[in-house]
Amino acid sequence: MNRTTLDLWVGFFVAIGIGALLFLALKVGSFAGVQMDESYILKARFDNIGGLKVRGPVKSAGVVVGRVAEIRFDAAAYEAEVLMKIDARYVFPKDTFASIYTSGLLGDQYIGLEPGGEEEKLAADGTIFKTQSAVVLEKMVSQFLFNKAAEGQETQP
Amino acid sequence: MFNPVELLRHLGAGVVERVWRLGVASRFFVALLLRSGTALRRYPLTLREIWFSGVLSLIIILVSGLFVGLVLGLQGYEILQRYGSAEALGTMVALSLLRELGPVVAGLLFASRAGSAITAEIGLMKATEQLTAMDMMAVDPVARVVAPRFWGGVISMPLLAALFSTMGIFGGWLIGVVFIGVDDGAFWSQMQASVDFRYDILNGVLKSAVFGVAVSLIAVFEGYDSAPTAEGVSRAITRTVVTSALAILALDFVLTSFMFRELS
Amino acid sequence: MSEDLLVQIENLQFDYGGKPVLRGIDMRIPKGKVVAIMGGSGCGKTTLLRCIGGQLRPTAGKVRVHGAVVNEMRQAEVYALRRRMGMLFQFGALFTDLSVFDNVAFPLREHTDLPEALIQNLVLMKLEAVGLRGARDLMPNSLSGGMARRVALARAVALDPALIMYDEPFTGLDPISLGVIGQLIRRLNDALGATSIMVTHDIQESLVIVDYIYFISDGKVVAEGAPEDIRHSEDPFVRQFVHAEADGPVPFHMPAPPFAEDLGVAAARGAAHV
Repeated sequence: MNRTTLDLWVGFFVAIGIGALLFLALKVGSFAGVQMDESYILKARFDNIGGLKVRGPVKSAGVVVGRVAEIRFDAAAYEAEVLMKIDARYVFPKDTFASIYTSGLLGDQYIGLEPGGEEEKLAADGTIFKTQSAVVLEKMVSQFLFNKAAEGQETQP
Repeated sequence: MFNPVELLRHLGAGVVERVWRLGVASRFFVALLLRSGTALRRYPLTLREIWFSGVLSLIIILVSGLFVGLVLGLQGYEILQRYGSAEALGTMVALSLLRELGPVVAGLLFASRAGSAITAEIGLMKATEQLTAMDMMAVDPVARVVAPRFWGGVISMPLLAALFSTMGIFGGWLIGVVFIGVDDGAFWSQMQASVDFRYDILNGVLKSAVFGVAVSLIAVFEGYDSAPTAEGVSRAITRTVVTSALAILALDFVLTSFMFRELS
Repeated sequence: MSEDLLVQIENLQFDYGGKPVLRGIDMRIPKGKVVAIMGGSGCGKTTLLRCIGGQLRPTAGKVRVHGAVVNEMRQAEVYALRRRMGMLFQFGALFTDLSVFDNVAFPLREHTDLPEALIQNLVLMKLEAVGLRGARDLMPNSLSGGMARRVALARAVALDPALIMYDEPFTGLDPISLGVIGQLIRRLNDALGATSIMVTHDIQESLVIVDYIYFISDGKVVAEGAPEDIRHSEDPFVRQFVHAEADGPVPFHMPAPPFAEDLGVAAARGAAHV
C-alpha cells in the first residue's frame, strides 16, 4: 500500500464516518433539547402529575414551547411542584391554565398551556396558579364502573 | 484430589496477579499519554494506523450493522404491531442502535478485528526483537510504535460506531418501509420526534469513544506485554479479545447508569 | 593506556529474578578491535550486550563506554549514546512492514534532517557495502536468512557507529552465508574505524576474524586471549569448546539423582512384590 492510496482510504473512511454522524444528528435526531438558546423558568403546582417526566414537553396549541426541567414534592402542601423551562421567545398571560395531558391513550404525558385573556404577563420564575392534574386512567375507569353500578341500583325498583 | 488450601492459594495468587497487571497497565497508559507527542506531531504515523484499524474494519462493521438493523426491523415490527403502533418502528430501531447496539456491538467487532490485529502486530514485533532493535537505535518504541496505534484506534472507534448505527437504521428502514410497508413519513418523523441529539446521539458517541480508549489500550498493552514467543503472542491475542469484551460490557453498564439515570 | 579503551567493564553483576546470571565480569575492549565473547547457550552473553547498550541495569559493577558509566546515565543520555552504537540482532530484527530500503533508511530518517536525496545516496552506499543494492525494493519476508542478516548489518552501520555489537550473528546460516557475514563484520569494522563486540558460540569462524576472545561460563570470564593462544590453549574449558567435545568442564548430564534410583531398580530390589 503506497502512501497516496493510503491517504485516500483514510480520507474516505473519515469522510463517511463524519457523514454518518451528521446523518444521525440531522436526519435521525432532533435538536429540540439544545435549540432553546435562552429560556426562563415557570412554576406550576399540581395535585397529581401522573406519569409526567423530567424533559417531557411543554406545549401550547400543540407546539412545543419548553421542557419540564424539574419535578419536586412540596412536603408542606403535599403537592407536586413542576419547574418548566420555557423558550424566551414566548411569554404567557398571568391567567394561563396548565394541564397535564396524555398523547394518545398510552403515550407520554406533557403539560399543555392555555393562555387566558389577562394583559399582565408571567415573569421569569413566575407561578401558574390555575392547574389541572393528570387524568389517572385507573381512577377514571373505577369511577365509570362505580357510576354504572349506581345507575343500575337506581333503576331497579 | 481436592485440596481447599491449595485452591485458596491458587485463587489468591490469581487475584494478586491480576491486580498487579492492572497496575502495570495503568502505568503503561500514563507513559503512553506522556509520549504521545510523536504520534500527533508526525501524523502520517497515526494516519497509517487509522487505515489499519479503521478502514480495514469497515466491511465487517457495515455488513454487521446492516444485518443487525434488518433483524431489529423484523423483530421490532413483530412486537410493535401487536400494540398497533408499527409506526414507532423507526424510534425503536434508532434508539436501540444509538444508545446500546451501535457502540457495544461495534466495540466488540472492533476488539476482535482491529484489537487482535494490533496485539498481533506489536507482539510479533516484540517476539522478533524489532522493538528491542528500535530501542537500541535510540528510537522509543512506545512513542514510535505503540502511541500511533493507540490513537489510530481511539479515532476510528466512534466513527465505526456511527457507521454501524447508520447502517442499522438503514437496515431497519429497508425491512420496515420497503418490505413490510410501514409508512415512510411516520417512520422518520416518529424517529426524529423521540431521538434527542444530545441525550441519545452524543451519549452514544461518548460511549463509543470510551470503548475505543479501552479496547485500544488493552490491545497495545497486551501486545507490548506479551511473552516474546509464538505461544505468548497467541495467548496475548486471546486475552485482548476476552478482556476487551468484558471491559466493553462492564463499562457499558456503568456509563448507561450514569447517562440515563433519571429514567429509572 | 586507558585512552584507547572504548568499552571497559568492571566487576559486572546481574541478577535475574534473584538468580545470578553474571557474577563479576571484567573486560577491556580497545578501540578498533573485533572482540568475541563466547560461551555455551544461556551463560549470560546476551545479557552482557544488553548491559553495554544500557537496556539492562546491572545489579552491581560498572560499564564504561567512552569513559562514561552507562548504568548511571539518565534515559536521554543513554539514547544519545546509542546513536553512536549499532547492533545486529540474532535474526536481524528487520521491521517487517518496511522495505529493505526503508529499513536501512530508518535510523537516518529518525535521527537526522537530511534531504531525501542524500538519504537515498547513503542508504545505497550501505546496501552496496553488504552487496544487496539490488534488493532495495524487496520486503524482509522475501529475504533469505543470510540476506536479512546483511540488510540488518547495513542498518546497524547506517549512522556510522563507533561501536557495533553483534548478538549471535552466525546462528542458523549456511556455511557460505556464514563466511560472508564473518568477512563483512571484519571489513566493516576496519573500513568504519569502529570497534566490534560479537557474542557467539561459533568458535571456528571467530578464530578467523577476531582479534581477541573472552570465554564466559557460569557468569564469569574463565579464559581469554588472542586467537593464536586460544588454539593452543591447554585450558580444559577452552579445549572442550574449540574441539566441540561433549563432556568436560561443561558436563553432558544435567545434575540428577543416580540413574538406577530413577528407574526404580534400587527400590524394586529392596521391596517385596506388590
